[in-house]
Amino acid sequence: MDNINILLIDDEIEFIETLAERFELRGYTSKIAGDGESGISMIAKESFDIVILDLMMPGLSGLDTLRQIKDIDKTLPVIMLTGHGSTKDGMKGMRMGAFDFLMKPLDINELLEKIKLALSESSKG
Amino acid sequence: MFRKITDTVFFLNTACQDHYCVLKRNIIVIMLLITILPLSTMVVINYFQYKSHLKDQIIAPLYAMADKTKHSFELFLDQRLAIIRFISTTYNFRDLTNEMNIKKILISLKKECCGFVDIGLINSQGELISYAGPYSLSDKNYSEQISFQETQIKGQYISNVFLGFRKYPHIVIAVQHLTENGQTWILRATIDTAFFDTLISSMGLSRQTDAFLIDKNGILQTNSLYYGKTLEKCPLELSKITFRSNNFEGKDNENRNIIIASSAFSIADYILVIVQPQSVALKSWYALKTEIIIIFLISIAIIIFTVLKITNVLIIRIKTSDEHRENVISELQHAQKLSSIGRLAAGVAHEINNPLAIINEKAGLMSDLIEFSKNFDKKSKFNDLTSSILNSVKRCRKITHRLLGFSKRIDIKIEPLNVNHIINEVLDFMGKDILYRKIDVNPILPDSLVTIESDHGQIQQILLNLLSNAFAAVEEFGEVEIKSKNLDNGGIRVKIIDNGCGIPKNVIKNIFDPFFSTKKEKGTGLGLSITYGIIKKLGGEISVDSTPGEGSVFTFDLPEKPNDLEMAHG
Repeated sequence: MDNINILLIDDEIEFIETLAERFELRGYTSKIAGDGESGISMIAKESFDIVILDLMMPGLSGLDTLRQIKDIDKTLPVIMLTGHGSTKDGMKGMRMGAFDFLMKPLDINELLEKIKLALSESSKG
Repeated sequence: MFRKITDTVFFLNTACQDHYCVLKRNIIVIMLLITILPLSTMVVINYFQYKSHLKDQIIAPLYAMADKTKHSFELFLDQRLAIIRFISTTYNFRDLTNEMNIKKILISLKKECCGFVDIGLINSQGELISYAGPYSLSDKNYSEQISFQETQIKGQYISNVFLGFRKYPHIVIAVQHLTENGQTWILRATIDTAFFDTLISSMGLSRQTDAFLIDKNGILQTNSLYYGKTLEKCPLELSKITFRSNNFEGKDNENRNIIIASSAFSIADYILVIVQPQSVALKSWYALKTEIIIIFLISIAIIIFTVLKITNVLIIRIKTSDEHRENVISELQHAQKLSSIGRLAAGVAHEINNPLAIINEKAGLMSDLIEFSKNFDKKSKFNDLTSSILNSVKRCRKITHRLLGFSKRIDIKIEPLNVNHIINEVLDFMGKDILYRKIDVNPILPDSLVTIESDHGQIQQILLNLLSNAFAAVEEFGEVEIKSKNLDNGGIRVKIIDNGCGIPKNVIKNIFDPFFSTKKEKGTGLGLSITYGIIKKLGGEISVDSTPGEGSVFTFDLPEKPNDLEMAHG
């Protein structure tokens, strides 16, 4: 798990900043993007190991962002976050190629588990 | 006033002021008017038409009979006059002065034609010259008598009836003869009127019908059945009887309604009168009249009965359909309200979730910082604090997720699920109600219950409906038991047993019908029908068993997986 580069995309900057700090404490590198567009442009410029993507965002929605990410790099694993009770969008995202989805508020350990799982799956693939 | 009358007539409740009563009354009044008015008009027109028609038909024969009989009388009198005239021309004055001759003539007359009583010869001075008959009238002078004077003027004369020597009614007929040398003499005969009665009886009148002759002064010339004997004054009001043949209706001296047909003689001052009581004459009309009235009254009764029945059915239909419409509207409003509440709840939950996520991460970061720094004072204290914050966040998360879960169950989504979990969720959700009502809820949910493929939200809805009903049925400290078990076909069965008021037999058969509600204003009558619909949609069955006063058991089965539903599971 060395030098894993994570991209966090969410309009709740405070949330992703804190999350990024927590990742750094655990030895991960992480970048943040406040909306879908900037997230996509960052992916185009830089290489990430995994993307954590919020479904509900103003502007480019989570699912649209996911579609564009998959257009750029099909193998890049994406874990979606939803503040929404319905699992419908999450399921939709998974059909579109997302690795998994989690509900806010998060359990950091559960998220780390999923990241590990996603990375091991993508390295296999 | 009008309203009062119609209300009284049609047994409407006068206190009832709602628009159905008004509508009912208006429909009844309009329907009765448009049916009874033409019927009544027709009956009245028919009544008078039949009446005049029948009267004509009844009275015409009576009048014809009077005319015919009058002719018979006239023929009889004419014959007698002709015979006398014949004698006066056959014999000369001298022949007739001979008593022997005149007696011979009387004998021949009596032999050949009935009725002749006597015969006499009167000269132009009114002296009786010769006479043959039962009376001794020699030297009698007639010059002062009306019969003589009339004969002298008119050439012939028929007298009114008078009582003769033997107290039999008679009439006198007289013929004047003018000789070639300008002399006049009169041949006078008396005729017994017994033949009049024979003529009248030959008319063949019905028993109560009377026929008689009267003279100009209303003196009876023949015997009458009801109005006196010959030569008595007829008690009938005869002012209308003229010498023209006519008929009219009136009342007799005994106040009976009668019909009078009369026919006046042309050769004598007689009037033939036929009197028939109306009860006899108009018998067929009275029968018809009674029939018309009975048929009319029966028709009216049938119309009123039918109108009332039809109106009742109509009003009940309108009322039911109005109620259904109102129920649908209120159900729609209810659904809209629920959906708004659902959206609001989802919005609130979602909005709260984001700050909650931030709190979670901040607290997580704090705990991380404490964890990752080697020397930190009060490390355990801070760990306690952050984990307390994190636990509270978890609790909040549970609440927001449940809120979202309840509000976002619209589409059917088939997924593997354990019904026991859903039962617990629903019981959690209804916890407040259970606590408040002090209901003893006893779930018997075996761990061995199989997982089935079905829709979480819809099963929540079924349980919510059935449990709400069960809680509504029991009183305080009531008991509700929920049992689940596996079925042999891979499905599951859930029983909800309450010890509440139970359901009457006549209600059970309608219990799953839409809009059927016993809660009146409170219920929409859709709860159980929705439940039924959902269970059917999920491929299951629902049944109910209830004893009034002891409680009810609702049982529903769900299959291992629904057959004809597209699996929405990704």
